[in-house]
Parts: sequence; structure tokens; C-alpha cells
Amino acid sequence: MPVEVRLPTVLRPLASGEAVVKVEGDTLREVFQDLVRQYPGLSESLFTPEGDMHRHLNVFLNDDDVRYLGRLDAKVGAADTVTLMPAVAGG
Amino acid sequence: MARYDSVLDTIGNTPLVDITELLPNQRVRVLVKLEGVNPAGSVKDRAAKYMIEEAEKDGSLHPGQRILESSSGNTAAGLAMIAKVKGYPFTAVVPENVSAERVKLLLAFGAEIICSPAAEGSNGAMRRAQALAGEHPDWWFSFQYGNPANPKAHYEGTGPEIWRDCPEVTHFVAGLGTAGTIIGVGRFLKERNPAVSIWAVQPPAGENVEGLKSLDEGFVPPVFIDNDGYSLLDRSRVVGPRESIEWARRLTSSGIFAGLSTGAAMAGVAAARVARQMESGTIVALLPDGGWKYLSTDVWSGDLDEVVERAGHELYF
Repeated sequence: MPVEVRLPTVLRPLASGEAVVKVEGDTLREVFQDLVRQYPGLSESLFTPEGDMHRHLNVFLNDDDVRYLGRLDAKVGAADTVTLMPAVAGG
Repeated sequence: MARYDSVLDTIGNTPLVDITELLPNQRVRVLVKLEGVNPAGSVKDRAAKYMIEEAEKDGSLHPGQRILESSSGNTAAGLAMIAKVKGYPFTAVVPENVSAERVKLLLAFGAEIICSPAAEGSNGAMRRAQALAGEHPDWWFSFQYGNPANPKAHYEGTGPEIWRDCPEVTHFVAGLGTAGTIIGVGRFLKERNPAVSIWAVQPPAGENVEGLKSLDEGFVPPVFIDNDGYSLLDRSRVVGPRESIEWARRLTSSGIFAGLSTGAAMAGVAAARVARQMESGTIVALLPDGGWKYLSTDVWSGDLDEVVERAGHELYF
């Protein structure tokens, strides 16, 4: 399934400067795997050594935090947008 | 009773107003808690008061001691006001791209302001404040992101107020900044009724923080982690400036003059209604502040596209 991934400023240098990357995948895990296949330098920013999501990475599937949609098992469909953001504070 | 010995006694007990008329599905009631009526203008007055008074009680804050905090504006305003009343000098580390009104409000209460680089966002301001705290061990650093008195203010104040005024609440929606509000209110409401759903909304604040060198420089507040925030929440959404501004404008139809983080909360409410296609229920959304501090950004009167573009460069959360 073709999916669009939007990268934050901090990750773009690891993806040849791209802000938006087209990937294939039916789950978020597959989306991340295809992203790493295209840009291997992103691996450590997406996954922990145990294979979970980086603790300072917020991932939104069409604006919804994937932590409440099944994390890496979240289903993605055509025309979905995955947005990556670093965790920052407010207040 | 509207007579008080001190303005500090007017913090909290904010009104809860029904705005169901603004939304299409009249079977779902929506009430908004107007935190902009607090004396320094936002929900953060609650946390500021609790942090200072808990520190006074445990002896970590002494009379006349300088208070230090980093803030995008609202917490600093609350601390500045209370510090002024209680006679503490106060230093605020504020990102240089917060609205002009926020800076002027801090100056009105006599705060010393140290600006941190815009590109580093709130995280940069916090790191600067942590460094200053290290250099000045005689100062008291309130550290809102890790101070248990922050969520306690909402566990003992905001949460019980909502339960008192609206025991039929099925959903609570609030912004995620320090996580103090959502942790304190969320825990209180879930203890009373585990079926209450807790929804967080946040702006896309991290997307363009150019000063961040790697994800490892990111930050999740200890207030959130220590209280198992990921398990407490039922859903979390990011809400962009356009939705926030549209909602801030729509709220004026109900006479509510609300800030942009408030608009974000309302967009979360709208999303909640549509996404879940609720048959019935009662949503309470916390509106953190009023619109006063955003007037210079032309949120209500400017061309929508231009205002959205400008909001992308200004820190409003």
C-alpha cells in the first residue's frame, strides 16, 4: 500500500534532505522497514535496539498517535499519511 | 461569595459552559472549562500556586529566594504574578518567539526575562533554565515538567471541580504540554469512573524545531512518564494551527474568546465526535487560556492563510 511519510526537520539530513518520502507497507512496522531500506541512516531514529519505537519519537497516523492504534502493528491504508515528530515539551 | 482576602484565592473554581449548540450532533453534550478567567490568565495559575505553596510547606523555598522557571509564557505569567504577591524575585527563561503580549505580561509583574533561541523551542528554554539552576544553587527552580505539585494541582483542584459540576462526563479532552493537567484530571476522573475516556491534543510543535540536533535531544516530561501517562490516555491527536485558529474563531459565536491552544483543544473535541460517531455522551474540554495574549497575531481578524503561516513561526503552546 503506498503511504506518505512526513519527516521532521531533525530527521531530514538522514533522508537526503527529503521532507516527504513515499513508502510501501500495510502496517506501521512495514512502513518503517521500507523507510529504513531507502534510508538506512534512519534506523536508529525509528527503532530501539529491541525493535520498539524510539522513546522520543511521536508517530501520528493521519493526526492520531499510533500508540493508541496498535503501535508498530497499526494498520495503514492507501492515501494515509504518517507524520513523525520529535517529542518536545510545552507549557 | 465573591469577596476574597487575596487574589490568589481566586485561582481555580472556573466556569464550565455548555457549547453544544456549536456542534452538529446535539445528542453529545460538550462543555468547556474556561481557565482564562484565572487571575494571570490561564490554567497554569493553578500549577504555579501549588508548586510555590508546596515548596513553602516543605521548606525548599525560603522568603525572598529567587524563583526560576522556563516557560512558553503561561506558567511564567502565573509564577510571576504569585511571586509578586508573595515577595519573591522571579526569573523566567522564555523562547524569543513567544507573543509580545506574553513578554509584556511578565514585565507587568516585575519578572526578569531571559530569552532562549527560537529555534530550540521550549526544550531549549528548559535546558537553559536547568543550566542556570546549576549555576545558582541559591535559586529555587520550580521545574514544572517534573514537579509533582503540578499534576497535584489538577488532581486536587481541576478534576474534583469537573466531577462536582459534571458527574455525567464521559470524555475529557485537554492539551498535552507539561502533562500536568491531563495527568491530574485524568487520574482523578478515572478513579471516580474508569469508563471516562481521556484524550490529549497537542500542536505539531516538534515538527519544525530546527535547533534539535537529534531525537535524543527530545523530551518527555517526567510528570508524564512518572505517572504512566501512556497508559492513562485513551487517545492522543496532533492538531495543526489551521484547525486551532478555525476553532478559536468559531468559539466566538458562543461568546468565548479563547487562545490558540484552546482552539486546539476544541479541534480535539470535534475529532472525538466524528471519529467515534458517538451516539450520546458528555465531553468536557479544558480551554487553557483566553485570547488576549494572541491579539497581536490577528487570529480573529486576519486572512486565514496568512495567520496560519504566521502561527507556524510563533510559539503559542
